[in-house]
Amino acid sequence: MSDLIGYLITGLGIGAGFALVASGLVAIYRVTRVVNFAQGGFAVLAALLTSTLLAAGLPHGVAELGGVALGALAGLIVGVVAIGRPGTSPGTSLIVTLGLGVLAYAVEVLIWGDQPRSFPGLTGVAEVAGARLPAHYLLILAVTAPVFALMAWFFARTDLGRALTACASNRYAAQVVGIDVRRMGLLAFTIGGALGGLAGVLTTPVQQVTFDSDVTLIVNGFAAAVLGGLTRPMIALAGGLLLGVTQTLVAGYGGGAYQMEVALVLMLTVMIVQAARTGPVPETAR
Amino acid sequence: MTGAVQIDNLTVRYAGATALDDVTLAVAENEMTALIGANGAGKSTLVKALCGLIRPDSGTITVHGRLAHVPEGREMFPDMTVDDNLRLGAWRRRRRDTAPIYDLLPDLAAIRSRRAGTLSGGQQQMVAIGRALMADPEVLVIDELSLGLAPMIVTSLVGHLRNLHATRNLSVLLIEQNARLALDLCRHAYVLESGRIVLHGPAATLARDPRVTAAYLGGHVTVTP
Ligand SMILES: Nc1ncnc2c1ncn2[C@@H]1O[C@H](COP(=O)(O)OP(=O)(O)OP(=O)(O)O)[C@@H](O)[C@H]1O
Ligand SMILES: [Mg+2]
Repeated sequence: MSDLIGYLITGLGIGAGFALVASGLVAIYRVTRVVNFAQGGFAVLAALLTSTLLAAGLPHGVAELGGVALGALAGLIVGVVAIGRPGTSPGTSLIVTLGLGVLAYAVEVLIWGDQPRSFPGLTGVAEVAGARLPAHYLLILAVTAPVFALMAWFFARTDLGRALTACASNRYAAQVVGIDVRRMGLLAFTIGGALGGLAGVLTTPVQQVTFDSDVTLIVNGFAAAVLGGLTRPMIALAGGLLLGVTQTLVAGYGGGAYQMEVALVLMLTVMIVQAARTGPVPETAR
Repeated sequence: MTGAVQIDNLTVRYAGATALDDVTLAVAENEMTALIGANGAGKSTLVKALCGLIRPDSGTITVHGRLAHVPEGREMFPDMTVDDNLRLGAWRRRRRDTAPIYDLLPDLAAIRSRRAGTLSGGQQQMVAIGRALMADPEVLVIDELSLGLAPMIVTSLVGHLRNLHATRNLSVLLIEQNARLALDLCRHAYVLESGRIVLHGPAATLARDPRVTAAYLGGHVTVTP
């Protein structure tokens, strides 16, 4: 019983990381209709920089903030390259983000090497209903919940959030009412970068990071985000948590080798069901 | 006298094809001006250039005051509510209160929480007009007021437009397929053919011009069996 509770909370913590990666994908897709395959890289960059800053003696909080800021900056840079030229199609931009993700490997290996890194998070052990687990998992959940609440409120209830959403809802109409669509897209990439960075700095204390950790993150993040059609943050959250829990249970009771397959199967199932329901996915859903 | 809009020698080309050729047009302050012309004449191109949505190849455009635009095809944000659509119309303004629009266009109040994509064409056109008015414009450009709408709806929209024009200082450039309606409503009119202004003057005069009556007010439609 306490095993199960331990797995559940661990799974929720890991799933929260996936959900944050997913939220970044959603923030970018909702505004630009670009699937950003460099999303996992923001988490890796942020985690690597945080490890360096902590090693250099910066206090917790400041170092993590530095990591998130680097994620945001990386997001902005990817945005400039991917959508900066007027008239770039979302498909072309997607390929550009893939390319930039690979380029990021080179930069990361050059600066940080190819060995796994980690840094301490919240230390200590928490006891929940008889299960003992690292307290850091609870911190991950405590940060993720308000971030999602804030994001849902921001997109649905603020004028800036509506203007961001308007860009993909009807790009021409957005221009008609005077919204600077390109600037909004860059803002979305910056927000996405920060969210990815947050995922990285939050999960690294319980899961060490290497330059290619982004693959796990993007596969799981995409699987979570695609549940909500890549546009709905709250469903992406549910999807991420579900994935995290399922994988932890599979690893705990079965074998650790099949974690990624869980995400892939879930993602394929969702996409097949959605395709069967709505027919071929239109290029610009209007 | 200063005009609200002054367009001089405007030329716009799309990948080589000339859509507007040396067009000069003025909209006088607090007046309604009509622009009529056949499909493909270049009316929407002129609107887009005027609203800064495409860059002209040459010519000058001067607008006095704030300009708002009711685009061809209504162009809703389909997944958003009517109220959110209206608020976005004021994106460039500080005041984004939608209440005055519901006073002005009471039909919209009843559907304020509906998603714009689920509305009828006439309702959407009303939203498009309300959204443009949210910008508190001095110049209003309407591209195809009546397109695809039932005559009764058009009559009610025209009523609203007359009211608006009477109650606030508003200069209007009206693009309209229904030439009779446009010439009735406006004081001045321009006729655009293949990218060139071929006629212009007081609407009442144009309405009697044989070239206009033949081409745009003919009323004779031959249907080949
Ligand atoms: N984006 C574009 N690319 C290339 N050609 C275009 C483009 N938009 C319009 N055109 C061409 O420019 C000409 C003028 O088009 P425009 O849309 O301005 O006509 P219009 O008078 O508004 O017609 P309608 O009454 O059908 O709305 C047409 O020949 C059209 O094919
Ligand atoms: Mg047109």
